[in-house]
Amino acid sequence: MDLHFGDSKPTDEERAAVDALLGPPESSWEGAARDEMRAADLRWARGGREARDRRDLLLPGLHAVNDRIGWISEGALDYLCRRLTVPPAEAYGVATFYAMFSVKPRPATVLHVCTDLACAAAGAPQLCAGIEARLGPGSGVSVERSPCLGLCERAPAALAVRAGDPVRTAVSAPATVEAAVLAASSPGSAPEEPPAALAVPQAGQDGLTLLHRVGVVDPSSLDDYRAHGGYTALRRAFELGPAGVIREVTDSGLVGRGGAAFPTGRKWQATASQPDRPHYLVCNADESEPGTFKDRVLMEGDPYALVEAMTIAGYATGAHKGYLYLRGEYPRALRLLEHAITQARARGLLGDDVLGQGYAFDIEIRRGAGAYICGEETALFNSIEGYRGEPRSKPPFPVEKGLFGKPTVENNVETLVNVLPVLTMGAPAYAAIGTGRSTGPKLFCVSGSVERPGVYEVPFGATLGEVLTLAGVREGLRAVLLGGAAGGFVRADELDVPLTFEGTREAGTTLGSGVVMAFDDSVPLPRLLLRIAEFFRDESCGQCVPCRVGTVRQEEALHRIVERTGADAAGDIALLREVGRAMRDASICGLGQTAWNAVESAIDRLGAYE
Amino acid sequence: MTVTPLGIPRRMLEFTLDGEEARVPEGSTILDACRAAGKDIPTLCEGDTLRPKNACRVCVVEVEGARTLVPACSRKAEPGMEVRTDTERARHSRKVVLELLASSVDLSTTPKVAGWLKEYEAKPDRFGPDAARLNEEPRVDNDLYVRDYDKCILCYKCVDACGDQWQNSFAISVAGRGFDARIAVEHDAPLTDSACVYCGNCIEVCPTGALSFKSEFDMRAAGTWDEARQTETTTVCAYCGVGCNLTLHVQDNEIVKVTSPHDNPVTHGNLCIKGRFGYQHVQNRD
Repeated sequence: MDLHFGDSKPTDEERAAVDALLGPPESSWEGAARDEMRAADLRWARGGREARDRRDLLLPGLHAVNDRIGWISEGALDYLCRRLTVPPAEAYGVATFYAMFSVKPRPATVLHVCTDLACAAAGAPQLCAGIEARLGPGSGVSVERSPCLGLCERAPAALAVRAGDPVRTAVSAPATVEAAVLAASSPGSAPEEPPAALAVPQAGQDGLTLLHRVGVVDPSSLDDYRAHGGYTALRRAFELGPAGVIREVTDSGLVGRGGAAFPTGRKWQATASQPDRPHYLVCNADESEPGTFKDRVLMEGDPYALVEAMTIAGYATGAHKGYLYLRGEYPRALRLLEHAITQARARGLLGDDVLGQGYAFDIEIRRGAGAYICGEETALFNSIEGYRGEPRSKPPFPVEKGLFGKPTVENNVETLVNVLPVLTMGAPAYAAIGTGRSTGPKLFCVSGSVERPGVYEVPFGATLGEVLTLAGVREGLRAVLLGGAAGGFVRADELDVPLTFEGTREAGTTLGSGVVMAFDDSVPLPRLLLRIAEFFRDESCGQCVPCRVGTVRQEEALHRIVERTGADAAGDIALLREVGRAMRDASICGLGQTAWNAVESAIDRLGAYE
Repeated sequence: MTVTPLGIPRRMLEFTLDGEEARVPEGSTILDACRAAGKDIPTLCEGDTLRPKNACRVCVVEVEGARTLVPACSRKAEPGMEVRTDTERARHSRKVVLELLASSVDLSTTPKVAGWLKEYEAKPDRFGPDAARLNEEPRVDNDLYVRDYDKCILCYKCVDACGDQWQNSFAISVAGRGFDARIAVEHDAPLTDSACVYCGNCIEVCPTGALSFKSEFDMRAAGTWDEARQTETTTVCAYCGVGCNLTLHVQDNEIVKVTSPHDNPVTHGNLCIKGRFGYQHVQNRD
């Protein structure tokens, strides 16, 4: 290809940000000054395929510029393209895909104020108005309304990001106008976040399997992790061998916790048996489902558990490289995991020879940049590879052609962390937890109108009512959103539904990603549904017509009937049903296919608009 | 006459298409099989010279055992598959997708779509007068071709033709996301500031007329564009020795645009700037 780069030049700072990631340019072909004759400039075969193979550094490069400057200028983008041999048009398409990037000038500080379900119920609109009144146009802070920040247990929430070297972040949750403004005006001196354990009301209790270390260990100490049973599962994995690990995981009955509930052992086996090499492991930590924060709490409270679990998964499936795709809105999880990976590497628990067993494995963290769709597994691959986070059509499935077109196993954080107890307690003991077809412990993210919001661990089979009782459900419960925005509502008189995959399916709903969001009488249901519709309209990637236009038409119809009921709303509800059915049937990926679920369940089960 | 090269022999596979046995060569898509069986499945984003993108979702069909409908243009036929093309479910999705498209963009220059809207009883107006539309002005920033994104259905064919599938210029991409996604060059600049080399291969594959020759655009605006009065003559480009085929579209003894036959085994419908746009000297009669 013969790439065309415009005349725009990066500023010194933009150049420094890119060079800090990629190293200085080696020739003027990739943007170095032409002030002296360089040997590299005289060669013909520099760059080319070798440079194009670094396309996956595009997203980290965009982050580098955005972190340093606060936005991505033409000159910076062109320079990054030159360095990576990426066509500027494609890089522009990628940069404009993500919500956290801007290609237009904006202040160095951005305050993301969550306006999603739990935060909206906790007063986000008033918070936004108050913050905007205090931080006017001249304040040097850009206030942006954000989809779910994954801090639902401390709603309402705000995240301040100040560009610079280094970039500074501060979280304010539960946020007041004063606290959020303070976080934005001096993110370096904002009060520290409460420890992750505060999001686990059961912390320290006996009988926990997945959460037993959260609040007990120091998340920055590898020794502490090992003192609390860390790395026994990996040692057992090496005793069993890869096939033995897969057998244990299969026998345990573990299924994926990301929502699709696919048997983990079968997925691992399918990847492990692919002849094509290399194999990749991807950990999906792009937890963006509104109402979901369990993966964040696991990563912040017990980061080494994820590092160990990824090592086991890589070992079992024959992967030597694991990508941890972490959502961009989780700065604390990023810091803790970076630290954990560095420590594990220094101690021989990652690297060329893990635990002296001759197995090479390492983990690289990739940050998302604000796109719910990147939680879809194939969209996530595209995102890592430096393309727009648009889902691919399946087949081929990731076990056959995944990341970089190679066999890939992708699991979410909670699924992977479950592998540790599977190996330490053995498959039969693990399978004895829960019910026949839904085995093991399960995490639920309880938020909304409860006394003690947070992450709860219960064995599969506990009822919705039991989980809500643990969290202290308040008076006047009207409805529960189960499974997140892509899930569905259940009524307050349906609390005996057992929280298993089969139980929720029989009840005509879904466990989804483990969201249990309680709403009392005071929450205006039509507004809530409108927010869900807005969310899907904002987060649609736009690739396929049913989702790109359907989510817009859905939102328009809900706007029309927000104050209407009965016969006045009937026509639009019929329209919604028709569009919803086509979205479910004809969209490329799960986002479009589920965008109508919650609204439909509110109409059918809750009698919204009656 | 064009010569279609023979590929390596392929095994045949059998599956059921609307209840009848169908035999197609391995690797065929469901759409290939439908066409071989004489069934007309509507499709917009499918292109005969490009890899199927399956973004428009107009060609969805029902496959036994699949949770959702599948796009006929890209799903390969598999032995034993049971495919139904004309079920209520498939027809419903096609109808709604056509309505969604027609309510958001201008399909007036899209071939065949008027017939499909009628066939599927699509009523794009039922989303109301306030339904969001693209409503963008045509971008006329050069003398060769016009980008009218009000007609764009985001089929990605121009992106693929400009990128690794044909031209390797990579001048076009999709920017933004969701309903705000648009086809754009880098920094959303005018075409003249972009990497565009004006080969016009994107116009060749555009299914809706969102990309058109400036000549066609001007004549449509003036009301003088009349395909019924046009003749098409396929000839060989005289600019160089490659031997690309040109199809000259002539109206009133003037060349009004140049396309290229897609079944040409050398060029597959692709041309360069000279072949596609350099025809004025032919009609310079001074």
